[in-house]
Amino acid sequence: MADTLKPRDAGEVEAAVQWALAEGRALELVGRGSKRPFGRPAQTDLSLDLSSLSGVTLYEPDELVLSARAGTPIAEIEALVAASDQELAFEPMDYAAVLGTDPGRASIGGVLAANLAGPRRIKAGAARDHFLGCVAVSGRGETFKTGGRVVKNVTGYDLCKLLAGSWGTLAAMIEVTIKVLPKPETEATVLVRGLAPARATEAMAAGMGSSCDVSGAAHLPASTAARIPEAARVGGAVTAMRLEGFLPSVTHRRDALQAILKTYGELAQLDAAPSRAFWKAVRDAAPLAASPAPGGGERPLWRISTAPGRGAEVAATIAEGASAEFLFDWAGGLLWAALPPSDDAGAALVRSALAAAGGHATLVRAPAAVRAAIAVFQPQDEALAALTKRVKASFDPRGVLNPGRMWAGV
Amino acid sequence: MPAADAAVLARRERIVAALRAIVPGEGVIATEREMRPYESDGLTAYRQLPMVVVLPETTEQVSRVLAYCHAEGVKVVPRGAGTSLSGGALPLTDGVLLGMGKFKRIRELDFANRVAVVEPGVTNLAVSQAVEHMGFYYAPDPSSQIACTIGGNVAENSGGVHCLKYGMTTNNLLGCEIVLMTGEVLRIGGKYLDAGGYDLLGIVTGSEGLLGVVTEITVRILKKPECARAVLVGFGSSEDAGACVSRIIAAGIIPGGMEMMDKPAIHAVEEFVHAGYPLDVEALLIVEVDGPQAEVDHLIARVEAIARDCRATTCRVSNSEEERLLFWAGRKAAFPAVGRISPDYYCMDGTIPRAKLPLVLKRMRELSADYGLACANVFHAGDGNLHPLILYDANQPGELEKTEKFGAEILKLCVEVGGVLTGEHGVGVEKRDLMPAMFSEADLAQQQRLKCAFDERGLLNPGKVFPTLHRCAELSCMHVHAGRVAFPDIPRF
Repeated sequence: MADTLKPRDAGEVEAAVQWALAEGRALELVGRGSKRPFGRPAQTDLSLDLSSLSGVTLYEPDELVLSARAGTPIAEIEALVAASDQELAFEPMDYAAVLGTDPGRASIGGVLAANLAGPRRIKAGAARDHFLGCVAVSGRGETFKTGGRVVKNVTGYDLCKLLAGSWGTLAAMIEVTIKVLPKPETEATVLVRGLAPARATEAMAAGMGSSCDVSGAAHLPASTAARIPEAARVGGAVTAMRLEGFLPSVTHRRDALQAILKTYGELAQLDAAPSRAFWKAVRDAAPLAASPAPGGGERPLWRISTAPGRGAEVAATIAEGASAEFLFDWAGGLLWAALPPSDDAGAALVRSALAAAGGHATLVRAPAAVRAAIAVFQPQDEALAALTKRVKASFDPRGVLNPGRMWAGV
Repeated sequence: MPAADAAVLARRERIVAALRAIVPGEGVIATEREMRPYESDGLTAYRQLPMVVVLPETTEQVSRVLAYCHAEGVKVVPRGAGTSLSGGALPLTDGVLLGMGKFKRIRELDFANRVAVVEPGVTNLAVSQAVEHMGFYYAPDPSSQIACTIGGNVAENSGGVHCLKYGMTTNNLLGCEIVLMTGEVLRIGGKYLDAGGYDLLGIVTGSEGLLGVVTEITVRILKKPECARAVLVGFGSSEDAGACVSRIIAAGIIPGGMEMMDKPAIHAVEEFVHAGYPLDVEALLIVEVDGPQAEVDHLIARVEAIARDCRATTCRVSNSEEERLLFWAGRKAAFPAVGRISPDYYCMDGTIPRAKLPLVLKRMRELSADYGLACANVFHAGDGNLHPLILYDANQPGELEKTEKFGAEILKLCVEVGGVLTGEHGVGVEKRDLMPAMFSEADLAQQQRLKCAFDERGLLNPGKVFPTLHRCAELSCMHVHAGRVAFPDIPRF
């Protein structure tokens, strides 16, 4: 019978893990459930719901730092810091659109455990780069802390990096400390019309290789662009680059970027408000949102990270094998690919297309049966897989926390 | 340090011969005279001759050396350029010192993907120099950047004056090739962002050479900002200077660099460099903004206005590249300048929440009087990283010990006010025994368990970072009370 434990404080989280250890039970860690359908399906019918651990415990805008209990809604944190003209610079995406969950429901613990990022990843980093400190309960049922509340800190191993992107397989976070940064005063986006992906990649490399300090570089082929109103108004494929900062600087850099990009094609421009709406849609991969494929069934969605210069080529190889839709972010280095439904969700095709370019591909959306049957995260070679298992065992030797969420046996 | 293994020392000749078979020619150094340069790093108060020095040239040699030492139970201490200020590369009398200085090649410059692939022995500055012709640079710039190597930067997660805006080493890496103590060679990451699984690169960065030996590194390179200008601001009190820093950040400005000096540091520097620093101030701030000209001019004006609002007693804006560099020349020469006025100095490295600066400076003045030792302060003001320099004379009996005690009190004070023991220099040998001031036994045990996942026999750089060495079997031991833990009183659905 599915069962949920809902601890009210840190002590109860520790007690729950110790009890699970003693009983030989495993726990599915759940924050607010926004990314629950991500990864391999839970290998247990017992959940540990951490949403009661909620609330910001420290926010010092002058020190650029915020601490919160792990189950605090990210929306609450974003609203709080926005009142001081600050933000989470890593621009965490909301998986609601692509997973078909409720929007705005993520917790800060989940955002960190999934190492989320948005278009600004190329300039400001991912959640990992803003994760300063943490108190957590390991799979041994022991509470430990790591890091601190200051940005510059090399005292001991940086366990925050390891917890970021570990999908709850190492420890249950109790309280986290993150870096916040000033919100840019304004922004603008320069668009190039009608480029093919390979040419768009060159245009984005030119923008990124300039002094314009581009903070977002995405390419949307015509069918994907048509689903974002701000891009649809321009028409056809759209290659977009965002500039953020103080007004005089944005104006100056917009002119400089336009001078660079005009050789690639016809230009258009988005002012601050439409620019914000456009990048939010790119951030959430909204054009590839959950919706039934023609002929029924959900279209599997892949998230592929590769060298920026190779994204277009990986997409072209995938397109040879299946009728796919794409969205390129991170100057071509992040490729979202929606494929037609199939038994392996297109895994063989995606993984072989990526093999030459290098990188990692994660199956973000697929029916639970498919996610149980194939590797959802990037398969590892023998040495890396063995080290991964040893790292897991160093935190959670009995496999109590989210066993099998990332890989079988981890 | 861990007790020397007599059995290993007894086999020294055999071990040296075996290492010579792996690294031929001059790559194995075993005479006392030739090993002397390796006896210490930047923390020269600690010295120890290694059992033997090995200077491999290929990943395969590194792998074979480590596999051999693993099989033979021989300890290994990795070393880059030896600029560590925390004794991270201090040798062991029964250990191999593995010098990575021959890994000097820049393997690939890829401007389209904005990365450089380099060997660990390449110096930090050489990476920037190699990409300069295309207008690029490598952002982390520790003050030892002429000498320190990228491999050492990875091991220590080095910072520099531009961290606040551009991050530390860990924020500027994409991939590495690493050799584990068993000799296994792993590739982590590449020219793409983030890990496909656990962020092993993130954990290796700053691990102080305890987890593996890095043999290749892929770093991000950035386009240089169009220009930079600096403001030099003097204040009548450190409170005013601290308030100014907070106001700048509250205005949404993240300067490329923001450095503070206290009165003793200002005077030492001005006598040495003649940078034109005002001498009648208690605190001096250098604020540098970089970016396009339009942005820089706009922000400089705002910084100036904020400084005047914060009761600045002097305020000068650089009007030429020469003047900007002159402002920095003083700050960059702060350590040698203090070296001129004292026979020896001891450089500390704590980080504090910025708002605590006046309190920490006041307590340090009191400690300085108690110990009878002068202290000058330079401070990465933007990120709260404090470098107190304690002036002492090692030739005076007992003065080094007194200095170390003073230093330890400063670092404990940093932790007490919510900061940390080390912002960028690392724990090494120096701060190892202070770790319990910041971490509980459970915190340290979890870190050591992770060490066991990489190096089960504890042969790689033992004696650094952790105050007590535990066996992995002991650390992994679990007391599970099967069926005897009462179900906790937790809401259940």
